[in-house]
Amino acid sequence: MKNIIIIFNRELLSYFSTPIAYVFLVIFLLLSGSLTFYMGGFYERGQADLLPFFSFHPWLYLFLVPAISMKLWAEERKSGTIELILTLPVKVSEVVIGKYLAAWFFISLALLLTFPIWITVNYLGEPDNGAIISGYLGSLLMSGGFLAIGSCMSSITQNQVIAFIISVVVCFIFLLSGTNLVLDFFNTWLPQGAVDAIASLSFLSHFSSLSKGVIDLRDFIYYAALIGFWLYINIELVNIKKGG
Amino acid sequence: MIEIRHLYKQYDNTNVVEDLSLDINKGEVLGFLGPNGAGKSTTMKMITGFIEPTSGKIKIKNLSIKDNSLEVKKYIGYLPEGAPQYGEMTTYDFLVFVAKIRGIHKNQLSEAISMVVENLSLHDVLNKRIEHLSKGFKRRVGIAQAIIHDPEILIMDEPTDGLDPNQKYDVRELIKKISKDKTIIISTHILEEVEAVCTRAAIIAKGKLLFDDTPKILKESGSGNLDNIFRQITMRSSS
Repeated sequence: MKNIIIIFNRELLSYFSTPIAYVFLVIFLLLSGSLTFYMGGFYERGQADLLPFFSFHPWLYLFLVPAISMKLWAEERKSGTIELILTLPVKVSEVVIGKYLAAWFFISLALLLTFPIWITVNYLGEPDNGAIISGYLGSLLMSGGFLAIGSCMSSITQNQVIAFIISVVVCFIFLLSGTNLVLDFFNTWLPQGAVDAIASLSFLSHFSSLSKGVIDLRDFIYYAALIGFWLYINIELVNIKKGG
Repeated sequence: MIEIRHLYKQYDNTNVVEDLSLDINKGEVLGFLGPNGAGKSTTMKMITGFIEPTSGKIKIKNLSIKDNSLEVKKYIGYLPEGAPQYGEMTTYDFLVFVAKIRGIHKNQLSEAISMVVENLSLHDVLNKRIEHLSKGFKRRVGIAQAIIHDPEILIMDEPTDGLDPNQKYDVRELIKKISKDKTIIISTHILEEVEAVCTRAAIIAKGKLLFDDTPKILKESGSGNLDNIFRQITMRSSS
């Protein structure tokens, strides 16, 4: 546990000692704001809620979370620091979790900084703040899911661009696994049971109920299992392929 | 202290390290010599537990690395090839990070850091980012992080690579100074270095151990200077 905290602190410090943190925060806030107002029709809808705000989060995360996660392991491999960190007396699992939590904390900070929109909607009307909190929670969990996939994908290569592209693709499949676009692809050669299982993995369906204020334990279990699964694979991949 | 038995490492069905057996005792400074690609770095990576051997055993202080990797890593200080570091950190932050992971207690933290800063003359670069440092300073920061916990075993892959003659001299003096109660392995291309700091020289080429004795005997074992002897020994294996 102590090691996880030390790794966490180092990682978080490194975000803010490079331009990554500031570029990410600005882009995230600009995009989430403008999408809400222009494409989401925040005013025109005439409803005091944050649905147009949350509905763009999956698409924002699809590109922005892999942009954060791509460096997690690929950079360690490229620069050789993986050899430094893994010959220190730490467990691979501690490094994986410490890095993951630092990145997640950073994304949650970006999410927290969107609070002016919450103030705005409270100023303009009387929204259901419980639903808004549930929406933020859902968004946070979803970003954690994307991040776990991204971290895992980052560990298979030393090339950050490859890590980014593969992460986006895998996240995209998970995001849309409930839609026909993905299901049709699997329908042709997988049994119905497996296709149904894939459909139930969709990020979107597990996020949409939370974003509407419906807190369902199953959604929490889904995200916890998803994050646990990908981080487990991540640990194994680092263990298997330390060198090259 | 370090016990290596019939060590093999294969990559794509070629042996990078082949049937290597070595015992290294306390107080010894072993110079690991060999041409590029001889398997020096690979062997060091296996001793530090970074990669696993294809077969064979390594024991450190009678503990098998495979079963006690976390315990064993505490005894070892390691400078990997090329001295990789987190470039965006300052020297000071980096040393604090390593010291904390090494489990150095808060009360002893500043003492440990000032010890390595003193030994490697890092005063001027403490608050500079590592990525902005010269090659020589980077190497010294790498050595500093390797010795910060005063390890019983010190493994350094080309510690003087990229240093100017004065810095090389300093690093060699440092190794001599700390070697008394430690077990040290350094890899190098530079034969004078072996003569200057090592109590024992091991030459490997193509993964095989070709010579293992004192630098003095190495010098007497052939004609001409050390470079010629090195060439004779390593070329013999390839012909």
